[in-house]
Amino acid sequence: MNKVPNVISKDGKQEMSTANSILELVGVRKVYGSAVAVEGVDLTLHNGEFLTFLGPSGSGKTTTLAMIAGLQMPTAGKILLNGQAVDPLPPYKRNIGMVFQNYALFPHMTVAGNIGFPLEMRGVDAAERKRRIAKTLELIGLPNMGDRYPHQLSGGQQQRVALGRAIVFEPPLLLMDEPLGALDKKLRVQMQLEITRLHRELGISILYVTHDQEEALVMSDRIAVFNDGKIEQLGTAKDLYERPSTAFVAGFLGESNFFHGTVSGLSDGRCFMETPYGQLGAFNNAALQVGDEATLAVRPERLFLYRGRDKKQENCVSGTLTDLIYLGQSRKCVLRTANGDEVVALQHAQQVEEASMIIGEEVCVTWNCADANALSHRTASN
Amino acid sequence: MVASSFSSGRFWVRLRLAICSFAVIYLIAPLIVVLIISFSSAPFLTFPPPGFSMQWYNNLFTNPAWFNSLVTSIKILIPTSILATVLGTAAAYGLARSSFVGKQLVMGLLLSPMIVPVIIIAIGIFGVFRALGLYGNLLGLIIAHTILAIPYVVMTVSGSLAVIDKRLEDAALTLGASPLRCFRRITFPLIFPAVLSGMLFSMVVSFDELIVSMFISTPVVRPVTVQMWSNIRGSVDPTIAAIATLLFCFSLLALLSERAAARKVKKEVDE
Amino acid sequence: MNLVAKNPMNKNAWLIVPAIVVILCFFIYPVSWLLIDSFARPKWGIQNYEVVLGRFVYLKVLLNTFTISAGTTFWCAVIGYPVAYTMAHCSKRTRRLLIFVVLIPFWTSLLVRTFAWMVLLQKTGLINQTLLTLGVIAEPIALIYNRIGVYIGMVQVLLPFLIFPLYSVMLRIDRNYSFAAATLGAPPVRNFFRIYLPLTLPGLVSGGTLVFVSSLGYYITPALLGGPADLMIAQLIERQISTSGNWGMAGALAVLLLVVTAICLGVVHRIIGVKTAWGR
Repeated sequence: MNKVPNVISKDGKQEMSTANSILELVGVRKVYGSAVAVEGVDLTLHNGEFLTFLGPSGSGKTTTLAMIAGLQMPTAGKILLNGQAVDPLPPYKRNIGMVFQNYALFPHMTVAGNIGFPLEMRGVDAAERKRRIAKTLELIGLPNMGDRYPHQLSGGQQQRVALGRAIVFEPPLLLMDEPLGALDKKLRVQMQLEITRLHRELGISILYVTHDQEEALVMSDRIAVFNDGKIEQLGTAKDLYERPSTAFVAGFLGESNFFHGTVSGLSDGRCFMETPYGQLGAFNNAALQVGDEATLAVRPERLFLYRGRDKKQENCVSGTLTDLIYLGQSRKCVLRTANGDEVVALQHAQQVEEASMIIGEEVCVTWNCADANALSHRTASN
Repeated sequence: MVASSFSSGRFWVRLRLAICSFAVIYLIAPLIVVLIISFSSAPFLTFPPPGFSMQWYNNLFTNPAWFNSLVTSIKILIPTSILATVLGTAAAYGLARSSFVGKQLVMGLLLSPMIVPVIIIAIGIFGVFRALGLYGNLLGLIIAHTILAIPYVVMTVSGSLAVIDKRLEDAALTLGASPLRCFRRITFPLIFPAVLSGMLFSMVVSFDELIVSMFISTPVVRPVTVQMWSNIRGSVDPTIAAIATLLFCFSLLALLSERAAARKVKKEVDE
Repeated sequence: MNLVAKNPMNKNAWLIVPAIVVILCFFIYPVSWLLIDSFARPKWGIQNYEVVLGRFVYLKVLLNTFTISAGTTFWCAVIGYPVAYTMAHCSKRTRRLLIFVVLIPFWTSLLVRTFAWMVLLQKTGLINQTLLTLGVIAEPIALIYNRIGVYIGMVQVLLPFLIFPLYSVMLRIDRNYSFAAATLGAPPVRNFFRIYLPLTLPGLVSGGTLVFVSSLGYYITPALLGGPADLMIAQLIERQISTSGNWGMAGALAVLLLVVTAICLGVVHRIIGVKTAWGR
């Protein structure tokens, strides 16, 4: 995938340079009665960036989006658009495009009427309006559909019209709230590519909300993982996947095996911990100190699987093979340790050929310290 | 600029709330006036009344003209509500649980007394009932009121039947219940609140009916509305207000009992 | 579908028969007689219709009926729309209270309410007295036995018929339509007129029709609160019978009233059918 390269900061930390940022959230909070929906979100969106809010439902991502659009008032904090505070501005003065989850296409207007609506509100004259509607219809791949009513369109077509309506007035920022949620898998993948293409062609900044991790990985320059009204981690897809900073991120984005223990030694950016399986080592991703309670997270595809109990190797966990699941391009192996924990390892098709194993066999897994992450235990228990 | 657009929004909100407050007063004002007047000590309609008295409630039971008409109304109301409820419920059930050509037409026919202007019904009935000997007696009034009440029963019961889960009945039938028992044990308890509210509706319709009664009643058999009508057009006295207050209390009671029944059934179904 | 076969189920259809028989005998039959009378009395022909549609006095009554019904519908819409809106978009408690208040007319006798208006609106009534004390008016204004009285009475009676259909439509409108319009640049007032109002139009039209059609046949309220110039068709029908026993004329007027009612209902049914086509 072709990402916009100029804006990505390798460590996932935000650059507070307002010069090339389109949107900034500073300590934005939203409280409904006694329930906290959003708990202090700080964020900078760079010009032309595609940033995704990823998280389970109820994690505050949609509420944050609604506050940016002006549909909800933040309880505290500031929202800056192009360096200007927008908090006093009502939604109709913010000039932000938004695509709603169920599209919210006006059922009593044609496709052209829907797309022309924002232009009409901006006092664009009829001839110019017609020209831009035609251009937009072309852009979203629905030329000659202007006279249809929304209910005469398929789900995918409605999605395109909603997108067209939100970009026809050339807003500098586009918000998308789970726009592909209602589409089937195949159409969703197609629309993902289409949206990425539009993003590239128009150079527009996009804030995208989804609970689908695959969608987030495919489309985004950066991803903000939301949990319990907070951003757990913000960074590129690779950062989040390879170096999750909390157990929630490690578990929500992809699959992880977790081991709990106490840090016993540090060396060279690595961290060793005492666990029921002996000493295990990992990359020290959370600035852990000796004596800290810690959780080790390692991806199934980073595990090497061997027959028998090989106690000599470091980072070795052994157990009984309980399941072998054929997945086509890979094979999933599940083993149960003596402590009753389940460990999942993923083998590629090539490896499968070499090592044929049978259920009930004694096996062990091992990994390179750099491929695992040691995380603070506090967040893990969350 | 921003502030002005906000305040224009506020202007519309204020206008809306002002209209709502007006509407609330407008809708309840007559009721309040009637309530107050019914306790007036003045012999005619002065508002606000000079003092408190129960004389109009007394008058209602001591003045034979008023008392007799009240009795007549009740004598009509009870058979009417029973007849309309039985006929209407049976028809609604029959319609909901059968399929035949022209169902829409039959439904329309059952509801038509509600749609046709009452004055037309009144005159038609006046013409025909005289010939049938149904003029100036209770039977005629009961039949006429039943006609007017049936649509209300059909409507409320049909609404309820459309909502309840048909699979419950199917289940009962497959478990060996006869259709009659299925109705008695499953369907009827579920639609009971609607049947009750249909019955209450028919009582209110009957008690409040004026136009048809006006044509087919005589001074001997005269429902209370007709008595009120002649009273309003002649010398008005606050006894009307006393009846109205009693009627409203009755309606309120009916409404509350219907709500309670509905809540009970809902609770049972939820459990 | 139903698990039970069709034949035993159709036994249920017999349950409709008693109600239908009663309606046919005591409703359809009498009304049909009246309609036939319009052609048959005093002799066969269309002479009654020639009179109804040819004489100024009758046309005046038809015009009255039409304007009063239209006016009532208009005022019901003006008052009812904001009330329905508030009902659909307020807290649960306020909603319950409003529903109760709007239902009150249903539970109070029509005759009694009209009578209450007579008390309130007369020259020495509460409204005139209040206005006099406040110094808004110098002498009592005529609020009763004229068009104003008719409107005040009829709008109050028919308001619930407009509010409830409208309210049920408003409840079903997705808030996101207004949100979307706002993010697209529509300020509140334009947002309302371009988005919310058109979306609630089917409710307004069906409620309005109900009010209009009911007004056409109204008898009690105009008879008690109106003046001689506010004679409506229902009163005219009543007079044909009670003063002159002219069954033919009464029948002709009844036919006219029924036909207009049916046309209104039919036309609106079509319109709403079309209007809601874009909804689903």
